[in-house]
Amino acid sequence: MPTLKDISVRLKSVKNIQKITQSMKMVSAAKYARAERELKQARPYGEGVKAFYDRAEVKPPVEQGKRLLVAMSSDRGLCGAIHSNIGKAIKSEMAHSADNTMIVCIGDKARTILQKLYQKQILYVASEVGRKPPVFGDAAKLAQAILSSGYDFSSGTIYYNWFKSVVSYRTSQLPLFSMEQVMQSEKYPIYDSLDNEVMQSYMEYSLTSLLFYAMKEGACSEQSSRMTAMDSATKNAGEMIDKLTLTFNRTRQAVITKELIEIISGAAAI
Amino acid sequence: MAVNLVRGTLLRFGRQGGYVALQRRGFADAPQMAFTFAAPNGVYYNNANVKQVDVPSYSGSFGILPNHVPTLAVLKPGVITVIENDGSPKKFFVSSGTVTINDDSSVQVLAEEAVKVEDLDPSACRETLHWAHGQVSSAATDEARAEAQVAVEVAEALVKACE
Repeated sequence: MPTLKDISVRLKSVKNIQKITQSMKMVSAAKYARAERELKQARPYGEGVKAFYDRAEVKPPVEQGKRLLVAMSSDRGLCGAIHSNIGKAIKSEMAHSADNTMIVCIGDKARTILQKLYQKQILYVASEVGRKPPVFGDAAKLAQAILSSGYDFSSGTIYYNWFKSVVSYRTSQLPLFSMEQVMQSEKYPIYDSLDNEVMQSYMEYSLTSLLFYAMKEGACSEQSSRMTAMDSATKNAGEMIDKLTLTFNRTRQAVITKELIEIISGAAAI
Repeated sequence: MAVNLVRGTLLRFGRQGGYVALQRRGFADAPQMAFTFAAPNGVYYNNANVKQVDVPSYSGSFGILPNHVPTLAVLKPGVITVIENDGSPKKFFVSSGTVTINDDSSVQVLAEEAVKVEDLDPSACRETLHWAHGQVSSAATDEARAEAQVAVEVAEALVKACE
């Protein structure tokens, strides 16, 4: 049986936690509003980059070449299953074929999830992600790091959380292709007057754009998911406070009753 | 058996439906162009139908009309002119990016930065050019020099766009 003091300490700490989760919810609500506004503008951009691969019917290589998996997460937790979903998707992909595959982790959370199993296959980790909204320059730095890593992959996949609505997101994939792969596609010859230099710049730029787009989707999903997570945390804390208050009052009443009985029975004994 | 029959009919019907839709698209009155012009800082056109687009690219500046031959190009710093269906030209300054023209006559212009030319401040542009020249002369490494030269190229295009 907890004493009155125990309960009041507990009650106080739960109240403090509720205050924290509530303000975290407010903060992520403001961040989410901004992320969504920016995502609206980034979407046509991302679709534009994807359009070429769809129209040119670029296919992943038939035989397994070197592959690159990009895990788009961030540094910050407390946002539901956002990061673990990315980790799960990559783990299931790695379970199929772990040879010849390297992973690029964007954000510390992805690294923590993946480093135990695939420590040697982590090519690059980008940290300091998620504190500020992603900008194109971040994607450019990332693309630069991937291109200058010396790992020439023939195909790849970006795993990111596609933002559907405030309450839902979907862990999705964006395909990455190497220049050779694009050149081997059936429809490539109908594209007019292309030289290698133009192609190379084009591929580099489109990698950057895809990363940028995935970052934007990820950031928006993360903020919305954090908002929902913090909202339910606040609700749960509220329920806990109600229960604790009830126990507190009951215990207080019990203490008073006990004292009265002691006094009365003491008086009766004389 | 009955299930198979139903499925067969459905398949045939579905195929026919698709065919009709395709035909309709093919016989549109005017040649259409699905033009998308976007940058990380904003979307200017999203699958809009426009008359003509002039883009500066490293393989030479060129104009895009509907049903242009499919090609890819890399944008050069300069001015993109979009001529809308009513004939009014709109000018945008772009720093770099890509142009994709697909076989379904959809055009994607994706810029790293894009602003309306009328929003540019000529004196600020000249200042940038001045600053960029300073960067070139003070660059210590080859990499820094290359970066500064890119800055000069963009600044020159900016100044030119303002005139």
